[in-house]
Amino acid sequence: MNIVIYKSIFTFSKNEKSNFLMPENPKHTLNPNNWVAAHSDYLFNYTITRVDNEELAKDIVQETFFSGLKAQHNFRGQASERTWLISILKRKIIDHYRKINSTKGKAEVRVNFYQDGDRKGSWLEERVPKMWDNEAEKNIENEELKGALESCIANLPEKYRMVFVMKNVQNYETEEICNELGITASNLWVIIHRARHQLRKCLEDNWFAK
Amino acid sequence: MSKKFFINCDEATAICNKNQYKEASLWEKVKLGIHLFICKTCGQYSKQNTTLTKACNQHLHKCETEHKFSKKEKEVLQQKVVKKME
Repeated sequence: MNIVIYKSIFTFSKNEKSNFLMPENPKHTLNPNNWVAAHSDYLFNYTITRVDNEELAKDIVQETFFSGLKAQHNFRGQASERTWLISILKRKIIDHYRKINSTKGKAEVRVNFYQDGDRKGSWLEERVPKMWDNEAEKNIENEELKGALESCIANLPEKYRMVFVMKNVQNYETEEICNELGITASNLWVIIHRARHQLRKCLEDNWFAK
Repeated sequence: MSKKFFINCDEATAICNKNQYKEASLWEKVKLGIHLFICKTCGQYSKQNTTLTKACNQHLHKCETEHKFSKKEKEVLQQKVVKKME
């Protein structure tokens, strides 16, 4: 835990740095009794734009408060209470992403291309894109398409959905997503690649196929 | 030499996906262009992928409503925090 907090201290924004140089004069204090009232909604909103799941977001906020309590003695008062809690929260989100990335998900990868042999990288016959209905393709404003799209996104494995939603719905920059989830840019593009393949297929089956 | 210019469908669709966000490099776009010239299947994929992007832009938007813990949830959370403080 000490290491986690230590690391997170260095992720504070630039304007916090001047305070960081004057540790003998702490400006801020912690008041855990007031955390829920003062910060829970803010932390909740911060989390939901990253994990796209209300229950999970609530759990992460709770975990953040608990970790904060344990780590109180590490607080030096250079950053505001909220900034300090956010730094803990950020680690929680990365930890969550690591967890889903390593356990689930591997078995859920659907293969679209030959994995080896002479035809490595060519389309598998059954995964070749089918012809789409021209009319349906022209009518992307259709409100029912919105429903189909949303349910296809909901069906993505969590590790793909989180990244896809951060990129396409929340419009985070690639670099920001990489920092927030602790992944590299090439990881991110592999995830986006697979997510979009699955989405294309899902919409083909449920909406666009003739 | 040929490997430099010619990529397989897996690589081509990966670049195609990156390009939907305008983040493919010039060299990647050249390789994709060459591949699309010779591969009908990926041409179709690429077209459908553009449709997918349009559908996303049309229908997916940030939810601007604020998320809040309910009063009850806050009470429960507060109790848990206080308990942990002891």
